[in-house]
Amino acid sequence: MLSKRVIPCLDVRNGRLTKGIKFKDNVDIGDPVETARRYYEDGADEIVFYDITASHEARGIFLDVVEKVASQIFIPFSVGGGINTIDDMRDVLVAGAEKVSVNSGAVKNPDIISEGAARFGSQCIVLGMDVKRVKKSEDIPSGFEIVIHGGRKHMGMDAIEWAKTGEALGAGEICLNSIDADGTKNGYDLELTRLVAESVTIPVIASGGAGSPQHMVDAVTTGRATAALIASIVHYGEYTISDLKKYMANAGVQTRSVW
Amino acid sequence: MLVIFDYKAGNQTSVHRAFEHLGIPNEITNDPAKLDKASGIIFPGVGAAGQAMDELQSEGLDDVIRELISKRKPVLGICVGCQILLDYSEENDTKALEVIPGECRLFNPSWVDYENITIRVPHMGWNQVELVQKCELFDGIDPDADFYFVHSYYPAPTEKYVIGTTRYGIDFCSVHGRQGLWAVQFHPEKSGRPGLQLLKNFYTYCQEAADAQ
Repeated sequence: MLSKRVIPCLDVRNGRLTKGIKFKDNVDIGDPVETARRYYEDGADEIVFYDITASHEARGIFLDVVEKVASQIFIPFSVGGGINTIDDMRDVLVAGAEKVSVNSGAVKNPDIISEGAARFGSQCIVLGMDVKRVKKSEDIPSGFEIVIHGGRKHMGMDAIEWAKTGEALGAGEICLNSIDADGTKNGYDLELTRLVAESVTIPVIASGGAGSPQHMVDAVTTGRATAALIASIVHYGEYTISDLKKYMANAGVQTRSVW
Repeated sequence: MLVIFDYKAGNQTSVHRAFEHLGIPNEITNDPAKLDKASGIIFPGVGAAGQAMDELQSEGLDDVIRELISKRKPVLGICVGCQILLDYSEENDTKALEVIPGECRLFNPSWVDYENITIRVPHMGWNQVELVQKCELFDGIDPDADFYFVHSYYPAPTEKYVIGTTRYGIDFCSVHGRQGLWAVQFHPEKSGRPGLQLLKNFYTYCQEAADAQ
């Protein structure tokens, strides 16, 4: 039986692990390679890295982090942030990532999804979506809109439609982030998660808002997600990955128990 | 020395990193002399079956891998490498290597898994393997261990070659072959410690087979 995945997300800035709330106020919280290794040892099912470095120069530092991670952990990991071209995709895949996550790059140029899928296979193309609740309208019938730049720019696209488009273009998975819930620790946006999960057949990772293991259980049951992305609840030692997985298993969720 | 068969399959570097971590001598190459000297061959693969066969055929490497297998060189196929050992794949309507009888089929997203929820395609994530035949690749691995899968097509060899199955809507064959020619649908190089143990077990088998000769 397929296990639900627990996926810690590491934001990397200038080669260091960082955590901000709603994409602001980033603070240094450690070494990404060491942290990834600790999560791997502790039973993480997959790891997501986001390069939140703005500058072109720091890209090399980030790719160096990816390479170090690839030689030390033997579970899949994906890389996102600043992926705008096929060459950007190739760089992170060659550095050792299994999957590459496109977000605003795909909003601006949807063909990058189909081109990436044709070149590297759908299995490694993750469509990252940042979504904000808005008033339902003709353009946004679901009331969930695609945003970029950490929520600062509204794109006038309905999240449900974009998820379907992404699937049709060849994305192998969706990482669905609620900008409203992100950093709040009040739980995932379950309504959004379920709406998207039920509108596509590819796997959906719930992201944004995890504050307790029950939130993660809710995401993969009520929300119909196949994986739960987490950040601050493990980064500050509040829970360990194995604590979270034990809780989920006790709640009847199939999880990977041997590692 | 193990050789990772080089035909531009996407995951060959990941497999190489895993063996490096284990301290097992290995090389990514398709040099015939090195293949011939190797104690065993890893036959990797990600992406589409059609593309993988095109890559192999364009360089005559399809005959090279067939010949190694016919000479009883130990081989471990991974993911697409596992699939194209069969006769045929529905993916891109591909005539495959015809080393193991059977074909590769597409998962049907209307199949129902547990909780009465239909399956998602691709089958992506961690799942378990139930052995239906004894297999030394799994020596020392907890039967409850999960392995990392990511695929939309699944192998369906004739029954005699089914070694292990995995539940995803149906019980599909996730490990097939015979002694010394194994194929796993999952990625041992990305399956944490149990996966690394499986790679180590393959190496041990290869060394023993080479010593016995």
